[in-house]
Amino acid sequence: MKKEVAVIGVGQTSFNRNCGISIRELCFEAFKEAAEGLDISPKDIDASVICSAPEYDKQRTPAALISEYLGLTPSPSFYVESVCSASTSGTRVGYSMIKAGLHDVIVVLGFQKMSEISSKEAAEVMGRGDDTMFSSPFGTTMPAGHALYARAHMEKYGTTEEQMAKIRVKNSHYGALNPKANYKKELSLEEIMTSAPVCSPLKVFDCCANADGASCLIMTSAEKAKKFTSKPVWVIGLGMATSELNWSARDSQTSFGCTKKASSVAYKMAGIGPEDIDVAEVHDCFTISEILAYEDLGFAKPGEGPKLIEDKQTYHDGKIPVNVDGGLLSKGHPIGATGGSQIRTIVRQLRGEANEAQVKDAKIGLVQNVGGTGTYANVIIFGR
Amino acid sequence: MDFGNFGTVSFTKQAKAAPFVDFLSQGKLMATKCKKCGNKYFPPRMDCASCRTSDMEWFEIKSKGKLLTFTQVQYGPLGFEADVPYVLGIVQFPEGVSVLSRVSKKIPFEEIKVGMELGVIPIKLSEEKFSYEFVK
Repeated sequence: MKKEVAVIGVGQTSFNRNCGISIRELCFEAFKEAAEGLDISPKDIDASVICSAPEYDKQRTPAALISEYLGLTPSPSFYVESVCSASTSGTRVGYSMIKAGLHDVIVVLGFQKMSEISSKEAAEVMGRGDDTMFSSPFGTTMPAGHALYARAHMEKYGTTEEQMAKIRVKNSHYGALNPKANYKKELSLEEIMTSAPVCSPLKVFDCCANADGASCLIMTSAEKAKKFTSKPVWVIGLGMATSELNWSARDSQTSFGCTKKASSVAYKMAGIGPEDIDVAEVHDCFTISEILAYEDLGFAKPGEGPKLIEDKQTYHDGKIPVNVDGGLLSKGHPIGATGGSQIRTIVRQLRGEANEAQVKDAKIGLVQNVGGTGTYANVIIFGR
Repeated sequence: MDFGNFGTVSFTKQAKAAPFVDFLSQGKLMATKCKKCGNKYFPPRMDCASCRTSDMEWFEIKSKGKLLTFTQVQYGPLGFEADVPYVLGIVQFPEGVSVLSRVSKKIPFEEIKVGMELGVIPIKLSEEKFSYEFVK
């Protein structure tokens, strides 16, 4: 296992519908938790990568402001965006800077305060996530994009709405155990199946909700890791890929090409395969997304993702535990903060700090964070 | 006509591909093909990513194609409030391109099935606005 770049601290705020504090204060809370237990001061931080989706921000160029509020100036600070996968893209940048020898200690901070803009403004933003020349003029949305994949998967493989609902049953079970989750109520199959339609075949409980929140990672070189912690978690593989923004220009409507490509690169770099993963966090913005992730990451063969959930193999005591922190479906999805929150969960699993959701003796964990409707995918593999 | 004449809500006015909207107003849905390497594009584009030239020709999509997938949208973005519910779908055409659009409201929702044959026709949304939709 390559031990060159470590995650030494992880933090996040609670995710909720309306946090009631400012963006800089949200970011401070996440940074504070990430630095907890580490003998580290702001002057030890060599650079910071700030990640969010700018269309939800009133503040122009938030990197400097957040850097100022956390006491990180005059170290370099800049902004990274790839919609919902922003903070794993930021992690990729942080990894690169450490590996290149530019910096030793990096903060990656993801945030989103989605309540910052009105619901009318949010409805306007929602319309611009797809090709604004050729898709948005038809009224495309994020749920619509995923619903197209859900329908195609159902048609090709016989996947059912009930199987998709079982993803939510699992994730709501673990969400109830996660104090940072927005949605802590366990949901029954019936409640999910009878919820109102959003974009057929997806219903309200097939969809994650907008949220406010921030997440933070502190990453270091191997040498610095020893100085700050006895429990480093190593980044052992990274892959990223980008698919066409136009859904109609893609080869497949039943898998995300970006996840397949990103994971093959990450597995190769780590020198392992999907069978070696002990615990995974995947981007379940919708229930269908988790099923696609099972298949695109190689946890199941194409078309056999639904069987994994039917057999409860993705529960914490199953063959390949997935989203045992509740996932985006329970936690909520503060766009720029989501990837960092997924990494936090995996790091805590590998450190044995996951309490009731702890996967026994987890040594290798995987994070899959997707931006848009299968547009960007970051896959990062961690080991201890 | 500029590109702002396309769609229920438009975000772009100026584009080399603006003749696309003129063709729509004449009742034709057009894609583009690179004269040098033969690559076909929909959405149409005036620059070829394959051979990096900008010598393109327009061709019409007039066959019937196969519906690959669809969804009925209950909540639309700003500007689409009056349209919901509407059905979005992707149709693969024998001309060698796939197209995202709406399925005509004239087709009852219960009749819409993956794999069904659909054609595409330009439509006039208002005096100055054009689009296209899938029809039987």
